[in-house]
Amino acid sequence: MKNTVFFGALAVAGLSAGAAAAGTLDDVKARGTLNCGVTTGLVGFAAPDANGVWEGFDVGICRAVAAAVLGDADAVEFIPTTGKTRFTALASGEIDMLARNTTWTFSRDVDLKFEFVGINYYDGQGFLAPKALGVTSAKDLDGATVCVQTGTTTELNLADFFRANNISYEPVPIETNAEGQQQYLAGACDTYTTDASGLAATRATFENPGDHILLPEIISKEPLGPLVRHGDNDWGDTVRWTLNALITAEELGVTSANIEELAAAPTNNPEINRLLGTAGELGAMLGLEPNWAMMAIKAGGNYGELFEKNIGENTPIGLARGLNAMWTEGGLIYSPPFR
Amino acid sequence: MSAITDPPQGSFRLSMLINDTRYRSYTFQALAAIVLALCLGFFYANVSTNLAAAGLNISYDFLGSPAGYDINQRLIEYDSQSSNARAAVVGILNTLLVAFLACVTATVFGVLAGVLRLSNNWLVSKLMAFYVEIFRNIPVLIWILIIFTIMIAVLPGPRAFRGDEPEARMLLDLFAFTNRGVYTPGPYFTRGLGLEGNGGINWLIVLGVLVASFFGTRAVTARANATQEATGIRPNTLWTNLAIWFLPVIVLLFVLGLKWDIPELKGFNFAGGIKVGGPLIALWFALSIYTGAFIAENVRAGIQAVSKGQTEAAGALGLRPGRIMSLVVLPQALRVIIPPLISQYLNITKNSSLAIAVGYADITATLGGITLNQTGRAIECVLLLMLFYLTISLLISTFMNIYNNSVKLKER
Amino acid sequence: MSDTQAHMAAFVRTETLPQLDPPVTERGIVKWMRENLFSSIPNGILTLAAFAVIYSILSSALPWILNGVWTTSSLSECREVLEGATGACFSVLTERWNQLMFGFVYPSDQYWRPTLAFVLLFVAAAPVMFFDLPRKLLIFTALFPFIAYYLIWGGTILVPILALVGVVAGVMVYRQLVAGSFAMGFFGGVVAAVVVWAIGGLLIPDGANDTAALQAVPSRDLGGFMLNMMLGVVCVSLSIPLGIALALGRQSSMPLIKWICVIFIEFIRGVPLITLLFVASVMLAYLFPPGTTTDLFLRVVIMITMFSSAYIAEVIRGGLAALPKGQYEAADSLGLDYAQAMRLIILPQALKISIPGIVNIAVGLFKDTTLVSVISMFDVVGMIRGPLSAATEWNGIYWELYGFAALLFFVVCYGISQYSQWLERRLATDHR
Repeated sequence: MKNTVFFGALAVAGLSAGAAAAGTLDDVKARGTLNCGVTTGLVGFAAPDANGVWEGFDVGICRAVAAAVLGDADAVEFIPTTGKTRFTALASGEIDMLARNTTWTFSRDVDLKFEFVGINYYDGQGFLAPKALGVTSAKDLDGATVCVQTGTTTELNLADFFRANNISYEPVPIETNAEGQQQYLAGACDTYTTDASGLAATRATFENPGDHILLPEIISKEPLGPLVRHGDNDWGDTVRWTLNALITAEELGVTSANIEELAAAPTNNPEINRLLGTAGELGAMLGLEPNWAMMAIKAGGNYGELFEKNIGENTPIGLARGLNAMWTEGGLIYSPPFR
Repeated sequence: MSAITDPPQGSFRLSMLINDTRYRSYTFQALAAIVLALCLGFFYANVSTNLAAAGLNISYDFLGSPAGYDINQRLIEYDSQSSNARAAVVGILNTLLVAFLACVTATVFGVLAGVLRLSNNWLVSKLMAFYVEIFRNIPVLIWILIIFTIMIAVLPGPRAFRGDEPEARMLLDLFAFTNRGVYTPGPYFTRGLGLEGNGGINWLIVLGVLVASFFGTRAVTARANATQEATGIRPNTLWTNLAIWFLPVIVLLFVLGLKWDIPELKGFNFAGGIKVGGPLIALWFALSIYTGAFIAENVRAGIQAVSKGQTEAAGALGLRPGRIMSLVVLPQALRVIIPPLISQYLNITKNSSLAIAVGYADITATLGGITLNQTGRAIECVLLLMLFYLTISLLISTFMNIYNNSVKLKER
Repeated sequence: MSDTQAHMAAFVRTETLPQLDPPVTERGIVKWMRENLFSSIPNGILTLAAFAVIYSILSSALPWILNGVWTTSSLSECREVLEGATGACFSVLTERWNQLMFGFVYPSDQYWRPTLAFVLLFVAAAPVMFFDLPRKLLIFTALFPFIAYYLIWGGTILVPILALVGVVAGVMVYRQLVAGSFAMGFFGGVVAAVVVWAIGGLLIPDGANDTAALQAVPSRDLGGFMLNMMLGVVCVSLSIPLGIALALGRQSSMPLIKWICVIFIEFIRGVPLITLLFVASVMLAYLFPPGTTTDLFLRVVIMITMFSSAYIAEVIRGGLAALPKGQYEAADSLGLDYAQAMRLIILPQALKISIPGIVNIAVGLFKDTTLVSVISMFDVVGMIRGPLSAATEWNGIYWELYGFAALLFFVVCYGISQYSQWLERRLATDHR
């Protein structure tokens, strides 16, 4: 008798399947919402607040893309993924894009057939240790027990680092950041390793953040960025240029505060005009509204604003811009020109 | 009248395919075959188009390439440069290890609880009923998580053992209970063969001696039986048997120079001795008490299934209560207990896949977890994983069928 | 003679003595304790040991529970209120109650919908569980799946109505054709229902969900204990008919069908549920036609249903095997065909024997729904392991949450197993 729920659901699934065959950009427009894969919860990058509203740096990227494509920053379905499920979710089309501090590596790009559209955070793997342990360098960790998230590049980097330095360690595989935090605080592992930004975010949620230090070694390059499926270049371009729009906006001084004013009429700076759609046809080339970039920037501010609001030095996470400063200020954040 | 029993004559009509019992089964089977072939073809076509669209292929080459990750719990040599296949073997051995340990302890818990539940002690039987109901009605995953949390949140970390006034102390200076695991003294040999390696050959020698002792005691018992048959007097074999069991092993261990390696706090962790990791303990203990509750019910049902008349009849023959239990009640109860017991063992093996929740490196966590993630070979890994569990369960059920046939009531 | 004897006796009691109380060791609580607690020395030791166990459990648990704090908004506030005393911080349950029950994304103004569906579930289940209730209530049971679907998922009401119309059409066609043969009726009914759904599916306008009276909720927004309940109820109800079909197929005399069923059942029973869930989460997407996106909930329902139907099939096969051969022969001798014999004679008896086994499987399955937390679905265990333990204000709280989840499952599972025992007594029609 309950078969019918099943068939009803199948019928619904079949209906939604009909529309899913076209390109991702058309799918998203037809659906009216963007399915964006994020972490299951990493404060500052992507975490639901007490009301279930997602917030964070990666979430900001999702909202910007939704605003650019659909004109509505809230038209996003956030789909929490673990290290294990994220790639399958993207490959199978369950999510349209993945913004989940995922490291750009050769094999993920080439072998797993994904397309990294850019880098929104230059990170590296670090170690978090209690001050009381008296460790000042990761090379002092001989024989230590190390908590590490499974299914991530950090797990492989960790093995390489200890092997290269010829010191021994004992890995404790954990599934989510919350479990890592639990075990680290209980003392079940001496040190917790993941991306330095993630460590800072985790430490910020501790009761006494001052009792823990980040060891000076950064043992890997972890360029984190949003990614989409291989082979759908229109959609890849949309996400790539939305990210670039946020970066360019910071470079040109376009903020969520002055954007209304700048977009109202063409300004003296032709690049701002092209970016905000008051001149040129960049939006139409992407198949979007002329004001797509303006919507994206308005959603949460430009790159710098997103950074400061979610993970910057005035937040509990307190990350300095460092490598993630604008190229004009000695950092690596750089966008190709809007021309 | 004969016309009724004769099959209807005449030419073949299409409706006979469904209405004539002679053809109907062929029709259905043909239909089933067509539907099955269509389904398989549909899935095969989908898989190949999906894989082609994603630019992937089915290949097991990844098994030979280096795994790249480390495993903390391993029974064989393994490091991060070993192959994925070796990581899978480490996982298989870990699965078998925890399944074996949990089967043994679950049986002990189950038999104890099952027997005590039938005890005429009101309080004890109520307590056991409470144990059975509590553990049977709460998911095993929650039990694993609770016990793991107890492990890491209640037991002290190794740091607590440090200093002049440590917060925690080792038990008898031999055992250390930390939230990373339990450290116990480990035996090792100072003389003997193959000491440059891990000295595994010495353990084989010890095992060989134990097996020889086993057959020795069997022979002694057989001779005692023969004497009893012939003279009616049973010679006391207890001391001979004890001597056969213990003397050769003790002498051998002395010759090999057995020493105990006592765990000691060195650096971040305890070193030396044998470490039983926290995830292993949590999984082992949780599976044991959870399955123990089910086994208790099987044991109780088995004992209650032996009718009271059997006990009374045995009493009427003049058997003493101990003999009634061992010669009359137990053999009959075991016939009822063993089949469900074996399927509980099968359940333990399958439930051990929940290791992934506490980070124990069983086959699901290595092959189905980390290897799957790092290589992205989802289809291959899941298929291999299923193949492993299928093999185990087919082996166990074959064993069960053999047992069932051997204890079947022989009706003549 | 009697007189002389009467005179010779110095004293004759003419009335009976009042009954004395039994000695203190043979009455009341002392007797009970002697018999039940201290009947022998080993028994006495056991009793004392049991008392020690009970005392140690209660002495640590009771103060913790009784001192519990219910009204703070974070763990640190709890600690302030308790001022170092032992005590639970149950505030996490009151503050995050909705998240534990419904997950963290179900729209919060719509909580009444799953709650109502939950209450209606009891109304729908009552006539199935208790045979004394008026049979007319079964109509509501038949309608319940559609009502529940509409309440929980919302969206356009046309979908559940269409599903209902399809089923009704199927049943009507079945009634028409079943007189000819059961197979004709069954397949005819299925075809009719599918045709109705296919045609109806085209009629539902695009965007009907946007204007619906109840806001549409995608199934990935389901979570918490509601998800466990839904998976449990849906998968058990789906797997019973499937299980019956598999059991009959395994008993069938047609070798091909028999072997398909045997291989399916043994395959499913041989692998752990978690690998099947891996299939649902990482592999099933490759088996569907390119471009279709079936949501994770549906994929999980498919796998769990397959899993439990294999186990239920084995239980029903036991019930079929337990029937005396005479029943089959009697049905044959009445001239019933296979479908009639099964429907009217065999299955009613076999199912009755199998009910306790089926209930056991159902309880086990309900417990196993917690495994979906491993594939990052946020059921009650997934909520505890994920968002709740990551929340800053509840960092480091475990026992209250795990205890609560354990209690939820205990209440449901213990309730079902008590019901099953009652049912077993109720259905025992053999004379003793």
